[in-house]
Amino acid sequence: MKAKVTVMLKDGVLDPPGEAVRHALGAMGFDEVEGVRQGKLIELDLAKGTTEADVIAMCEKLLANTVIESYRIEM
Amino acid sequence: MKAAVLVFPGSNCDRDLAVAFRAAGFVTEMVWHKETALPEGVDVVGVPGGFSYGDYLRCGAIAARSPIARALVAHAERGGYVFAPCNGFQILCEAGLLPGALLRNAGLKYICRTVPLRVEETESAFTAGYARNQVIDIPIAHHDGNYTVDDETLRRLNAEGRIPFRYVATPNGAKDGIAGVLSKNRRVLGMMPHPERAIDPLQGGSDGAALFRGLAQALVAA
Repeated sequence: MKAKVTVMLKDGVLDPPGEAVRHALGAMGFDEVEGVRQGKLIELDLAKGTTEADVIAMCEKLLANTVIESYRIEM
Repeated sequence: MKAAVLVFPGSNCDRDLAVAFRAAGFVTEMVWHKETALPEGVDVVGVPGGFSYGDYLRCGAIAARSPIARALVAHAERGGYVFAPCNGFQILCEAGLLPGALLRNAGLKYICRTVPLRVEETESAFTAGYARNQVIDIPIAHHDGNYTVDDETLRRLNAEGRIPFRYVATPNGAKDGIAGVLSKNRRVLGMMPHPERAIDPLQGGSDGAALFRGLAQALVAA
């Protein structure tokens, strides 16, 4: 089984790389872009029987830094 | 007086840190990240700068979960001294020994130059050798030194006098110009600048030497 973990900076935490992408898109003429947030997608191959609670523990302990990041899990 | 310098794959200021400790009178041992215990009788643990584990996932994230990190946390919880410049600061934040986190520099560029810092707190072993409001020149070399912390914690850090160093002109976007943070017991210091690269005039400056001397004096007095 697989799980996908999306890790994003929390709202309110400045994302300088995302801002740089926004500027570049604007400079290319994509004037409709009002904001960009850049994050990470982590794919996990998991043994049968792994629970969402296990993946939450992985996120809390390593995959996300919850001081600045939030995460979303898709199993 | 004994100092242990941790070495991770990708550390690159470990020897500089060892030289700085030795110059201040410490017997110094290097400790590989796969060790599970610190050498007997260690007074100070140095967590060096560099790019531990290639900065994979987040700067310092993997190092903070390495085998030696548990011994490091136990040492700090026992009241031991820890000095952690640059990647070391990132590792301590990831390990939960210091509050906050280090984000990508606001200007997105890796910055490598000597910058002036203001010493704002002298009540710690690390800063006892400086005068309050003294301005010292210390090199920085980082891509992720943009310190952030929630407002409530920031108020507490200010109230408790736990921000010993601020940039005179913030180069990296760090909140409130914070260059370094002390633990509540004032024995753990993380900072983005590199005092260990400024301990001898041959390095272009020696304003960092007083930090190591201060630490040595605190241990002699204890």
